[in-house]
Amino acid sequence: MHNFNYHRAADVADAAAKLAATDDPKLLAGGMTLLPTLKNRLAAPSDLIDLAAIAGLKGISVEGKEVVVRAMTPHAVVATSADVQKALPALAQLAGNIGDPAVRHRGTIGGSVANSDPAADYPAACVGLDATIVTNQRKIAADDFFQGLFETALGHGEIITEVRFQIPDRAQYMKFRHPASGYAVVGVMVAQYGSKARVAVTGAGPCVFRVAEMEAALEKSFTPASVANIKVSAEQLMGDIHCSAEYRAHLITVYARRAVEAMVG
Amino acid sequence: MDIDVKMTVNGKAVSGKVEARTLLVQFIREHLRLTGTHVGCDTTQCGCCVVHVDGVAMKSCTMLAVQAEGKAITTIEGLASADGTLHPMQQAFRDHHGLQCGFCTPGMVMMGVDIANRLPGADEKTVRHQLEGNICRCTGYQGIVEAIMDASAVMNAARS
Repeated sequence: MHNFNYHRAADVADAAAKLAATDDPKLLAGGMTLLPTLKNRLAAPSDLIDLAAIAGLKGISVEGKEVVVRAMTPHAVVATSADVQKALPALAQLAGNIGDPAVRHRGTIGGSVANSDPAADYPAACVGLDATIVTNQRKIAADDFFQGLFETALGHGEIITEVRFQIPDRAQYMKFRHPASGYAVVGVMVAQYGSKARVAVTGAGPCVFRVAEMEAALEKSFTPASVANIKVSAEQLMGDIHCSAEYRAHLITVYARRAVEAMVG
Repeated sequence: MDIDVKMTVNGKAVSGKVEARTLLVQFIREHLRLTGTHVGCDTTQCGCCVVHVDGVAMKSCTMLAVQAEGKAITTIEGLASADGTLHPMQQAFRDHHGLQCGFCTPGMVMMGVDIANRLPGADEKTVRHQLEGNICRCTGYQGIVEAIMDASAVMNAARS
Protein backbone atom coordinates (compact mmCIF):
# COMPACT_ATOMS: atom_id res chain seq x y z
CA MET A 1 0.00 0.00 0.00
CA HIS A 2 1.36 3.41 -0.96
CA ASN A 3 1.15 5.98 1.77
CA PHE A 4 -1.45 8.76 1.78
CA ASN A 5 -2.58 11.66 3.92
CA TYR A 6 -5.27 10.70 6.41
CA HIS A 7 -8.09 13.03 7.41
CA ARG A 8 -10.90 12.47 9.89
CA ALA A 9 -13.98 14.39 8.76
CA ALA A 10 -16.00 16.04 11.53
CA ASP A 11 -19.20 16.27 9.50
CA VAL A 12 -20.39 15.94 5.91
CA ALA A 13 -19.58 19.59 5.07
CA ASP A 14 -16.06 19.08 6.42
CA ALA A 15 -15.67 15.93 4.30
CA ALA A 16 -16.85 17.82 1.22
CA ALA A 17 -14.43 20.67 1.94
CA LYS A 18 -11.56 18.18 2.30
CA LEU A 19 -12.60 16.46 -0.94
CA ALA A 20 -12.39 19.82 -2.70
CA ALA A 21 -9.10 20.81 -1.10
CA THR A 22 -7.10 17.67 -1.85
CA ASP A 23 -5.46 16.43 -5.00
CA ASP A 24 -6.69 12.87 -5.58
CA PRO A 25 -8.82 11.95 -2.56
CA LYS A 26 -10.93 8.93 -1.71
CA LEU A 27 -13.62 8.69 0.92
CA LEU A 28 -13.03 5.94 3.48
CA ALA A 29 -16.18 4.26 4.81
CA GLY A 30 -15.76 0.74 6.24
CA GLY A 31 -12.74 0.10 4.04
CA MET A 32 -13.71 -3.50 3.26
CA THR A 33 -13.12 -2.94 -0.46
CA LEU A 34 -10.98 0.19 -0.47
CA LEU A 35 -8.22 -1.09 1.83
CA PRO A 36 -7.68 -4.35 -0.11
CA THR A 37 -7.67 -2.26 -3.31
CA LEU A 38 -4.96 -0.02 -1.88
CA LYS A 39 -2.95 -3.02 -0.67
CA ASN A 40 -2.95 -4.38 -4.20
CA ARG A 41 -1.90 -0.95 -5.45
CA LEU A 42 -4.87 -0.90 -7.79
CA ALA A 43 -5.46 2.61 -6.46
CA ALA A 44 -3.11 5.11 -4.88
CA PRO A 45 -5.10 8.13 -3.68
CA SER A 46 -3.21 11.11 -2.27
CA ASP A 47 -5.64 11.48 0.60
CA LEU A 48 -8.14 9.33 2.51
CA ILE A 49 -11.02 11.13 4.16
CA ASP A 50 -12.48 8.97 6.91
CA LEU A 51 -16.24 9.33 7.44
CA ALA A 52 -16.39 7.10 10.53
CA ALA A 53 -16.49 9.91 13.10
CA ILE A 54 -19.60 11.55 11.59
CA ALA A 55 -22.38 10.60 14.00
CA GLY A 56 -25.13 11.81 11.66
CA LEU A 57 -24.21 9.20 9.06
CA LYS A 58 -25.13 6.25 11.27
CA GLY A 59 -28.46 4.68 12.06
CA ILE A 60 -31.72 3.39 10.69
CA SER A 61 -35.25 4.74 10.78
CA VAL A 62 -38.61 3.80 9.34
CA GLU A 63 -40.32 6.90 7.96
CA GLY A 64 -43.78 6.29 6.51
CA LYS A 65 -43.37 3.91 3.59
CA GLU A 66 -39.57 4.10 3.62
CA VAL A 67 -36.74 2.36 5.45
CA VAL A 68 -33.91 4.88 5.75
CA VAL A 69 -30.41 3.52 6.26
CA ARG A 70 -27.73 6.14 6.80
CA ALA A 71 -24.58 5.70 4.80
CA MET A 72 -22.11 4.60 7.49
CA THR A 73 -24.39 1.96 8.99
CA PRO A 74 -22.60 -1.40 9.00
CA HIS A 75 -24.19 -4.47 7.42
CA ALA A 76 -24.43 -6.22 10.81
CA VAL A 77 -26.56 -3.37 12.17
CA VAL A 78 -28.95 -3.56 9.21
CA ALA A 79 -29.13 -7.36 9.52
CA THR A 80 -30.00 -7.30 13.23
CA SER A 81 -32.18 -4.17 13.30
CA ALA A 82 -35.62 -5.01 14.70
CA ASP A 83 -37.07 -2.17 12.60
CA VAL A 84 -35.63 -3.55 9.35
CA GLN A 85 -36.55 -7.13 10.24
CA LYS A 86 -40.15 -6.00 10.75
CA ALA A 87 -40.59 -3.49 7.91
CA LEU A 88 -38.35 -5.00 5.24
CA PRO A 89 -37.13 -8.49 6.22
CA ALA A 90 -35.64 -9.11 2.75
CA LEU A 91 -33.20 -6.26 3.36
CA ALA A 92 -32.17 -7.60 6.77
CA GLN A 93 -31.66 -11.03 5.29
CA LEU A 94 -29.59 -9.63 2.40
CA ALA A 95 -27.36 -7.62 4.76
CA GLY A 96 -26.86 -10.66 6.99
CA ASN A 97 -25.42 -12.67 4.12
CA ILE A 98 -22.81 -10.19 2.92
CA GLY A 99 -19.24 -11.41 3.36
CA ASP A 100 -18.57 -12.87 6.80
CA PRO A 101 -19.38 -11.67 10.34
CA ALA A 102 -16.18 -9.63 10.79
CA VAL A 103 -16.70 -7.96 7.42
CA ARG A 104 -20.33 -7.20 8.30
CA HIS A 105 -19.16 -5.46 11.48
CA ARG A 106 -17.18 -2.92 9.44
CA GLY A 107 -18.54 -2.79 5.89
CA THR A 108 -21.13 -0.07 5.27
CA ILE A 109 -24.07 0.41 2.94
CA GLY A 110 -22.70 3.72 1.66
CA GLY A 111 -19.36 2.20 0.77
CA SER A 112 -20.97 -0.74 -0.99
CA VAL A 113 -23.38 1.40 -2.98
CA ALA A 114 -20.71 3.94 -3.97
CA ASN A 115 -18.45 1.16 -5.19
CA SER A 116 -21.01 -0.52 -7.51
CA ASP A 117 -19.16 -3.81 -7.46
CA PRO A 118 -20.84 -6.07 -10.03
CA ALA A 119 -21.14 -8.88 -7.45
CA ALA A 120 -22.19 -6.80 -4.43
CA ASP A 121 -25.58 -7.44 -2.80
CA TYR A 122 -26.76 -3.94 -1.89
CA PRO A 123 -27.14 -2.72 -5.50
CA ALA A 124 -29.82 -5.40 -5.98
CA ALA A 125 -31.59 -4.13 -2.87
CA CYS A 126 -31.40 -0.51 -4.07
CA VAL A 127 -32.77 -1.20 -7.53
CA GLY A 128 -35.18 -3.99 -6.50
CA LEU A 129 -36.61 -1.92 -3.65
CA ASP A 130 -36.90 1.28 -5.69
CA ALA A 131 -34.48 3.13 -3.42
CA THR A 132 -33.37 6.72 -3.54
CA ILE A 133 -29.69 7.40 -2.97
CA VAL A 134 -29.39 10.67 -1.07
CA THR A 135 -26.15 12.62 -1.31
CA ASN A 136 -24.95 15.92 0.12
CA GLN A 137 -26.06 17.50 -3.16
CA ARG A 138 -29.17 15.72 -4.49
CA LYS A 139 -31.41 12.66 -4.55
CA ILE A 140 -30.77 10.00 -7.17
CA ALA A 141 -33.16 7.18 -8.09
CA ALA A 142 -31.38 3.82 -7.83
CA ASP A 143 -32.45 3.12 -11.43
CA ASP A 144 -30.25 6.05 -12.52
CA PHE A 145 -27.49 5.59 -9.96
CA PHE A 146 -25.74 2.39 -11.06
CA GLN A 147 -24.20 3.03 -14.44
CA GLY A 148 -21.66 0.31 -15.08
CA LEU A 149 -18.74 -1.68 -13.75
CA PHE A 150 -17.69 0.25 -10.62
CA GLU A 151 -19.44 3.29 -12.13
CA THR A 152 -22.16 5.35 -10.52
CA ALA A 153 -23.85 8.70 -11.05
CA LEU A 154 -21.81 10.19 -8.20
CA GLY A 155 -19.93 13.32 -9.18
CA HIS A 156 -16.72 14.66 -7.73
CA GLY A 157 -17.32 16.02 -4.27
CA GLU A 158 -20.55 14.07 -3.84
CA ILE A 159 -21.02 12.07 -0.64
CA ILE A 160 -23.78 9.52 -0.03
CA THR A 161 -25.59 10.35 3.19
CA GLU A 162 -28.42 7.82 3.21
CA VAL A 163 -30.34 5.24 1.20
CA ARG A 164 -34.14 5.34 1.30
CA PHE A 165 -35.82 2.01 0.46
CA GLN A 166 -39.49 1.89 -0.51
CA ILE A 167 -41.22 -0.70 1.67
CA PRO A 168 -42.84 -3.26 -0.66
CA ASP A 169 -45.90 -5.41 -0.05
CA ARG A 170 -43.44 -8.28 -0.03
CA ALA A 171 -39.94 -8.97 -1.29
CA GLN A 172 -37.35 -11.72 -1.36
CA TYR A 173 -33.64 -11.82 -2.15
CA MET A 174 -32.09 -15.07 -3.30
CA LYS A 175 -28.46 -15.50 -4.16
CA PHE A 176 -26.03 -18.11 -5.34
CA ARG A 177 -23.35 -17.25 -2.85
CA HIS A 178 -19.75 -17.71 -3.89
CA PRO A 179 -18.59 -20.27 -1.32
CA ALA A 180 -15.24 -18.58 -0.66
CA SER A 181 -15.92 -14.86 -0.93
CA GLY A 182 -19.62 -14.69 -0.12
CA TYR A 183 -20.15 -12.40 -3.11
CA ALA A 184 -23.16 -13.04 -5.33
CA VAL A 185 -22.36 -15.26 -8.32
CA VAL A 186 -25.95 -14.30 -9.11
CA GLY A 187 -28.37 -12.53 -6.76
CA VAL A 188 -31.99 -11.66 -7.52
CA MET A 189 -34.23 -9.28 -5.57
CA VAL A 190 -37.93 -9.62 -6.38
CA ALA A 191 -40.37 -7.10 -4.90
CA GLN A 192 -44.09 -6.50 -5.24
CA TYR A 193 -45.65 -3.02 -4.96
CA GLY A 194 -49.39 -3.29 -5.51
CA SER A 195 -49.85 -4.19 -9.16
CA LYS A 196 -46.17 -3.47 -9.91
CA ALA A 197 -43.22 -5.85 -9.67
CA ARG A 198 -39.49 -5.25 -9.66
CA VAL A 199 -36.79 -7.80 -10.45
CA ALA A 200 -33.18 -6.68 -9.92
CA VAL A 201 -30.19 -8.87 -10.69
CA THR A 202 -26.66 -8.51 -9.32
CA GLY A 203 -23.56 -10.63 -9.86
CA ALA A 204 -24.38 -11.43 -13.46
CA GLY A 205 -23.66 -8.32 -15.50
CA PRO A 206 -21.21 -5.40 -15.31
CA CYS A 207 -23.61 -3.83 -12.81
CA VAL A 208 -27.06 -4.41 -11.35
CA PHE A 209 -29.94 -4.47 -13.86
CA ARG A 210 -33.70 -5.08 -14.01
CA VAL A 211 -35.41 -7.81 -16.01
CA ALA A 212 -38.39 -6.08 -17.63
CA GLU A 213 -39.81 -9.27 -19.10
CA MET A 214 -39.97 -10.93 -15.69
CA GLU A 215 -41.52 -7.84 -14.13
CA ALA A 216 -44.25 -7.74 -16.80
CA ALA A 217 -44.97 -11.45 -16.35
CA LEU A 218 -45.22 -11.08 -12.56
CA GLU A 219 -47.53 -8.09 -12.94
CA LYS A 220 -49.88 -10.32 -14.93
CA SER A 221 -49.62 -13.25 -12.55
CA PHE A 222 -47.46 -13.23 -9.44
CA THR A 223 -46.52 -16.91 -9.49
CA PRO A 224 -43.26 -18.86 -9.84
CA ALA A 225 -44.50 -20.22 -13.18
CA SER A 226 -44.55 -16.69 -14.60
CA VAL A 227 -40.76 -16.39 -14.45
CA ALA A 228 -39.78 -20.06 -14.65
CA ASN A 229 -39.39 -20.03 -18.43
CA ILE A 230 -38.08 -16.53 -19.01
CA LYS A 231 -34.48 -16.66 -20.16
CA VAL A 232 -32.12 -13.72 -19.98
CA SER A 233 -29.65 -13.44 -22.84
CA ALA A 234 -26.09 -14.33 -21.86
CA GLU A 235 -24.70 -11.84 -24.31
CA GLN A 236 -24.26 -8.94 -21.88
CA LEU A 237 -23.39 -11.13 -18.89
CA MET A 238 -20.03 -11.91 -17.34
CA GLY A 239 -18.15 -15.14 -17.75
CA ASP A 240 -15.14 -15.74 -15.52
CA ILE A 241 -13.17 -18.36 -13.62
CA HIS A 242 -16.22 -19.10 -11.48
CA CYS A 243 -18.74 -19.78 -14.22
CA SER A 244 -19.75 -18.93 -17.76
CA ALA A 245 -22.12 -16.19 -18.86
CA GLU A 246 -24.56 -18.91 -20.00
CA TYR A 247 -24.57 -20.45 -16.52
CA ARG A 248 -25.19 -17.05 -14.96
CA ALA A 249 -28.12 -16.52 -17.35
CA HIS A 250 -29.50 -19.89 -16.24
CA LEU A 251 -29.07 -18.96 -12.57
CA ILE A 252 -31.05 -15.72 -12.99
CA THR A 253 -34.14 -17.70 -14.01
CA VAL A 254 -33.65 -20.26 -11.24
CA TYR A 255 -33.12 -17.69 -8.50
CA ALA A 256 -35.94 -15.42 -9.67
CA ARG A 257 -38.28 -18.41 -9.57
CA ARG A 258 -37.06 -19.42 -6.11
CA ALA A 259 -37.52 -15.85 -4.84
CA VAL A 260 -41.14 -15.81 -6.07
CA GLU A 261 -41.69 -19.28 -4.61
CA ALA A 262 -40.51 -18.06 -1.23
CA MET A 263 -42.82 -15.04 -1.47
CA VAL A 264 -46.00 -16.85 -2.41
CA GLY A 265 -45.14 -20.08 -0.54
CA MET B 1 4.20 12.24 8.04
CA ASP B 2 3.66 10.19 11.17
CA ILE B 3 0.39 10.33 13.02
CA ASP B 4 -0.12 9.96 16.76
CA VAL B 5 -2.57 7.22 17.69
CA LYS B 6 -4.03 6.42 21.07
CA MET B 7 -6.20 3.45 21.94
CA THR B 8 -6.80 0.93 24.69
CA VAL B 9 -5.38 -2.53 24.08
CA ASN B 10 -6.29 -5.32 26.49
CA GLY B 11 -7.31 -2.75 29.08
CA LYS B 12 -4.12 -0.70 28.89
CA ALA B 13 -3.86 2.76 27.32
CA VAL B 14 -1.30 2.68 24.52
CA SER B 15 -0.06 5.25 22.05
CA GLY B 16 2.35 5.39 19.16
CA LYS B 17 3.40 7.11 16.00
CA VAL B 18 2.33 5.41 12.78
CA GLU B 19 2.22 6.05 9.08
CA ALA B 20 -1.28 6.65 7.75
CA ARG B 21 -1.05 3.33 5.92
CA THR B 22 -0.03 1.31 8.98
CA LEU B 23 -2.54 -1.49 9.46
CA LEU B 24 -4.02 -2.14 12.88
CA VAL B 25 -2.47 -5.61 12.85
CA GLN B 26 0.97 -4.12 12.13
CA PHE B 27 0.53 -1.72 15.01
CA ILE B 28 -0.48 -4.59 17.31
CA ARG B 29 2.31 -6.92 16.23
CA GLU B 30 5.22 -4.64 15.38
CA HIS B 31 4.70 -1.61 17.61
CA LEU B 32 3.12 -3.26 20.64
CA ARG B 33 4.92 -6.61 20.10
CA LEU B 34 1.72 -8.54 20.72
CA THR B 35 2.40 -11.28 18.20
CA GLY B 36 -0.50 -13.54 19.13
CA THR B 37 -2.62 -11.89 16.45
CA HIS B 38 -1.56 -13.47 13.16
CA VAL B 39 -1.54 -12.42 9.52
CA GLY B 40 -2.57 -15.33 7.35
CA CYS B 41 -3.83 -14.09 4.00
CA ASP B 42 -3.64 -10.29 4.35
CA THR B 43 -6.74 -10.16 2.11
CA THR B 44 -9.64 -10.15 4.62
CA GLN B 45 -10.44 -13.79 4.02
CA CYS B 46 -8.73 -16.10 6.51
CA GLY B 47 -9.60 -14.52 9.86
CA CYS B 48 -6.23 -15.19 11.58
CA CYS B 49 -6.06 -11.47 12.43
CA VAL B 50 -9.46 -11.18 14.12
CA VAL B 51 -9.46 -8.94 17.19
CA HIS B 52 -12.30 -7.25 19.02
CA VAL B 53 -12.81 -3.53 18.41
CA ASP B 54 -15.16 -2.04 21.00
CA GLY B 55 -16.34 -5.57 21.71
CA VAL B 56 -17.01 -6.89 18.20
CA ALA B 57 -14.88 -9.07 15.93
CA MET B 58 -13.06 -7.31 13.12
CA LYS B 59 -10.22 -8.21 10.80
CA SER B 60 -7.23 -6.17 11.89
CA CYS B 61 -5.46 -6.66 8.55
CA THR B 62 -8.19 -4.63 6.88
CA MET B 63 -8.29 -1.72 9.23
CA LEU B 64 -5.85 1.15 9.58
CA ALA B 65 -4.28 1.80 12.96
CA VAL B 66 -5.60 5.38 12.70
CA GLN B 67 -9.13 4.01 12.35
CA ALA B 68 -8.74 2.48 15.82
CA GLU B 69 -8.11 5.88 17.41
CA GLY B 70 -9.86 5.99 20.77
CA LYS B 71 -11.19 2.44 20.46
CA ALA B 72 -10.88 -0.43 22.92
CA ILE B 73 -9.08 -3.37 21.33
CA THR B 74 -8.93 -6.90 22.72
CA THR B 75 -6.41 -9.35 21.31
CA ILE B 76 -5.86 -13.02 22.11
CA GLU B 77 -3.36 -11.92 24.78
CA GLY B 78 -6.17 -10.11 26.59
CA LEU B 79 -8.48 -13.09 27.10
CA ALA B 80 -6.88 -15.10 29.91
CA SER B 81 -7.02 -13.88 33.51
CA ALA B 82 -3.95 -12.26 35.08
CA ASP B 83 -3.28 -15.45 37.06
CA GLY B 84 -3.09 -17.44 33.84
CA THR B 85 -6.54 -19.01 34.03
CA LEU B 86 -7.67 -19.52 30.47
CA HIS B 87 -10.81 -17.90 29.11
CA PRO B 88 -13.60 -20.49 28.74
CA MET B 89 -13.14 -20.31 24.96
CA GLN B 90 -9.42 -21.03 25.22
CA GLN B 91 -10.06 -23.85 27.68
CA ALA B 92 -12.66 -25.36 25.36
CA PHE B 93 -10.27 -25.26 22.39
CA ARG B 94 -7.78 -27.13 24.55
CA ASP B 95 -10.35 -29.66 25.77
CA HIS B 96 -11.77 -30.36 22.30
CA HIS B 97 -8.48 -30.34 20.46
CA GLY B 98 -9.70 -27.38 18.41
CA LEU B 99 -6.31 -26.84 16.81
CA GLN B 100 -3.45 -28.62 15.19
CA CYS B 101 -0.78 -26.23 13.90
CA GLY B 102 -2.31 -23.34 15.81
CA PHE B 103 -1.84 -20.63 13.21
CA CYS B 104 -5.53 -19.81 12.80
CA THR B 105 -6.27 -20.36 16.49
CA PRO B 106 -6.02 -16.76 17.79
CA GLY B 107 -8.53 -15.63 15.19
CA MET B 108 -10.75 -18.67 15.75
CA VAL B 109 -10.82 -18.07 19.52
CA MET B 110 -11.57 -14.36 19.10
CA MET B 111 -14.31 -15.13 16.59
CA GLY B 112 -15.62 -17.88 18.87
CA VAL B 113 -15.98 -15.39 21.72
CA ASP B 114 -17.72 -12.97 19.36
CA ILE B 115 -20.16 -15.68 18.23
CA ALA B 116 -20.86 -16.71 21.83
CA ASN B 117 -21.48 -13.07 22.78
CA ARG B 118 -23.80 -12.32 19.88
CA LEU B 119 -25.61 -15.62 19.52
CA PRO B 120 -25.84 -17.40 22.87
CA GLY B 121 -27.08 -20.95 22.40
CA ALA B 122 -26.30 -21.00 18.67
CA ASP B 123 -26.69 -24.45 17.14
CA GLU B 124 -23.99 -26.27 15.20
CA LYS B 125 -25.22 -25.09 11.81
CA THR B 126 -25.20 -21.47 12.93
CA VAL B 127 -21.71 -21.76 14.40
CA ARG B 128 -20.38 -23.26 11.17
CA HIS B 129 -22.06 -20.49 9.17
CA GLN B 130 -20.63 -17.85 11.49
CA LEU B 131 -17.12 -19.25 10.99
CA GLU B 132 -17.11 -18.65 7.26
CA GLY B 133 -14.63 -15.80 7.62
CA ASN B 134 -12.12 -17.97 9.49
CA ILE B 135 -10.12 -20.58 7.65
CA CYS B 136 -8.39 -23.58 9.23
CA ARG B 137 -6.40 -25.88 6.99
CA CYS B 138 -5.67 -28.59 9.55
CA THR B 139 -8.58 -29.61 11.69
CA GLY B 140 -11.61 -30.04 9.49
CA TYR B 141 -13.34 -27.66 11.94
CA GLN B 142 -14.94 -30.44 14.00
CA GLY B 143 -13.04 -29.67 17.20
CA ILE B 144 -13.34 -25.94 16.64
CA VAL B 145 -17.12 -26.09 16.32
CA GLU B 146 -17.41 -28.34 19.38
CA ALA B 147 -15.18 -25.99 21.36
CA ILE B 148 -17.22 -22.92 20.47
CA MET B 149 -20.51 -24.60 21.34
CA ASP B 150 -19.11 -25.90 24.63
CA ALA B 151 -17.57 -22.54 25.62
CA SER B 152 -20.72 -20.75 24.56
CA ALA B 153 -22.69 -22.83 27.07
CA VAL B 154 -20.12 -22.12 29.81
CA MET B 155 -20.18 -18.38 29.05
CA ASN B 156 -23.98 -18.44 29.03
CA ALA B 157 -24.10 -20.12 32.42
CA ALA B 158 -21.65 -17.55 33.81
CA ARG B 159 -23.85 -14.70 32.56
CA SER B 160 -27.07 -15.98 34.10
